[in-house]
Amino acid sequence: MATEDKNPMPKGATGLGDRPKRKSILDRHKILEKNATLLLACSLLVVTIGGAVEIAPLFYLENTIEEVDGVRPYSPLELAGRDIYVREGCYVCHSQMIRPMRDEVERYGHYSLAAESMYDHPFQWGSKRTGPDLARVGGRYSDEWHVDHLADPQLVVPESVMPKYRFLENRLIDGKYIEDSLLTHRAVGVPYTDEMLENAVADFRVQADPFGDHDGLLERYPNAQVRNFDGQPGISETDALIAYLQMLGTLVDFSTFIPDASR
Amino acid sequence: MARQPEKKQDPETTGHEWDGIEELNNPLPRWWLWTFYATIIWGVGYTIAYPAWPMVSGATAGVLGFSTRAQVAEQISEVEARNAALETQLASADLTTISANGGELYNYAVQGGAAIFRTNCSQCHGSGAAGAKGYPNLLDDAWLWGGTIEDIQYTVTHGIRNEQSPDTRWSEMPAFGADGILSDEEIGEVVQYVLQISGQGHDAALAGAGETLFLDNCAACHGDEGLGDVYVGAPNLTDAIWLYGGDPVTLTETVTNARFGVMPAWSEEYRTAAGLTEAEINAVATYVHQLGGGE
Ligand code: HEC
Ligand code: HEC
Ligand code: HEC
Repeated sequence: MATEDKNPMPKGATGLGDRPKRKSILDRHKILEKNATLLLACSLLVVTIGGAVEIAPLFYLENTIEEVDGVRPYSPLELAGRDIYVREGCYVCHSQMIRPMRDEVERYGHYSLAAESMYDHPFQWGSKRTGPDLARVGGRYSDEWHVDHLADPQLVVPESVMPKYRFLENRLIDGKYIEDSLLTHRAVGVPYTDEMLENAVADFRVQADPFGDHDGLLERYPNAQVRNFDGQPGISETDALIAYLQMLGTLVDFSTFIPDASR
Repeated sequence: MARQPEKKQDPETTGHEWDGIEELNNPLPRWWLWTFYATIIWGVGYTIAYPAWPMVSGATAGVLGFSTRAQVAEQISEVEARNAALETQLASADLTTISANGGELYNYAVQGGAAIFRTNCSQCHGSGAAGAKGYPNLLDDAWLWGGTIEDIQYTVTHGIRNEQSPDTRWSEMPAFGADGILSDEEIGEVVQYVLQISGQGHDAALAGAGETLFLDNCAACHGDEGLGDVYVGAPNLTDAIWLYGGDPVTLTETVTNARFGVMPAWSEEYRTAAGLTEAEINAVATYVHQLGGGE
């Protein structure tokens, strides 16, 4: 080497950080660099601080929390439908998030509010739209259309590439585990009351039975739609899925909602 | 020209050395360094201009006062303002007059209506409005609920047999078989009669018996001659146009279990998040009306 090191390494030096004399912040940093465990602990600390600064404010800032009238936890039947939606991977092709942009608002309706997915665990915003956004699909089609469309999408929309889900019609569900499901959601913060838990199975059944007594259901879950969704006897997975689809985006009354500009 | 590699002096080393391999201490390229500093300055400026810093109860709003909601509201009102004159006319004008007068307003309604149709109606009525089983063809002259432009506008606003609008179009054909009003035999006869009046091959003897049954059970809605009734949305059974099907099997199924076609209400009054405005409904009604079958 042609250049002369102004600060030569001592004999037997191992490399990194073994130079004497210069005492600087870098020298102190050596301590960290030479102790793997300490380095790991301190990296974790730094990442935690960064994360906390970014995430913590979201829990208390007024601009990030918006309570909106009408939003309620899912009824047991809707929740079962949502589970099927997640299980079947509908989110792979469908988003549930209308972005605040003119083209989206014109096509799908009012942009989504954070509050509208506050009881979603996990949320279904998605990012891939092979099919249309479903955030406001509720009430847009008839139950019969959904039955036909889920069974064989090409029957009603010849151009469609959506797969057929006819098998859902034949899978009857009895809501045996629905109370557990509500309980699990309560554990992660969804305000299901004891009364809701007690009546979970009954509510599950009565929502698909137009001749049943559904006063209690409607009191616990305002605006829940009660129908025999698939028109067949028994509660099938199609029933639950349509109950879920038909409520999507219908809970907030946008004729009275005043958007807060700071969000 | 030959390269001259050894012209520059060797750069300093950091002093780090492993097995005779030394780490060079090249300075960062000047352009890179300045770009780096510029991004830091840009970043600071950005957080001042736009919403950024979390404070006690809210985040700083930024000196530009930007918000996504305000932006989209602005974009929408900009377009609305541009079309305001036409939109107000469209929302308030008499639709028959618009159709009759033609001109700019009419073109605006038809073009806008076509776009609205493709977005909201084609999934049921087909992209060409030719319909499918259970979803009526909107191109022909056969109308269940009336084909004047006002009829169409009412149908779109309130929908058919839905739970959304209290003024929805409503009627219910009885399930003659399922509810035990007619026996299977009688249904067979009345089906033969429907085949007769629709000009298809039929068994004359059975159809003869079916005629009385038809007058007793069906004529109230479908009319004595089976020509239908737009007040109750009962289809004309004598034309070759079928909503569900005119073959004996489908007819038997229809009479046995009845049909209950549902169309959602489209007015934003009933679907506040995703309904259509009055002007939009008038546009799509004008579009459907001019497709060919409008009365
Ligand atoms: C391979 C991608 C794919 C998957 C998976 C998929 N879809 Fe679709 N979906 C589509 C496409 C494409 C369309 C648009 C054409 C049509 O209406 O069929 C669509 C349309 C729809 C619509 C009508 C939306 C509208 O506004 O017109 C609904 C409702 C729907 N899908 C529900 C579902 C449900 C529920 C599942 C899961 C059981 C599902 N989809 C799975 C691709 C998919
Ligand atoms: C969920 C499916 C569905 C959608 C979406 C839908 N329709 Fe319909 N529409 C129907 C059905 C079903 C009928 C027939 C109802 C019956 O049996 O009487 C109908 C009937 C009509 C009629 C009356 C036809 C007649 O013969 O009197 C008009 C007009 C019409 N639709 C227009 C529209 C327009 C315009 C749109 C879009 C804004 C639309 N529809 C969206 C299902 C739908
Ligand atoms: C209360 C009124 C009412 C009575 C009574 C009635 N219908 Fe209907 N019918 C309707 C209506 C409304 C429809 C359209 C249903 C729909 O659009 O979903 C219809 C549809 C039909 C259709 C389907 C037509 C098509 O285009 O596919 C047939 C066939 C039919 N009726 C036959 C009969 C016969 C036969 C009787 C008597 C045994 C009868 N109806 C009695 C109201 C009635």
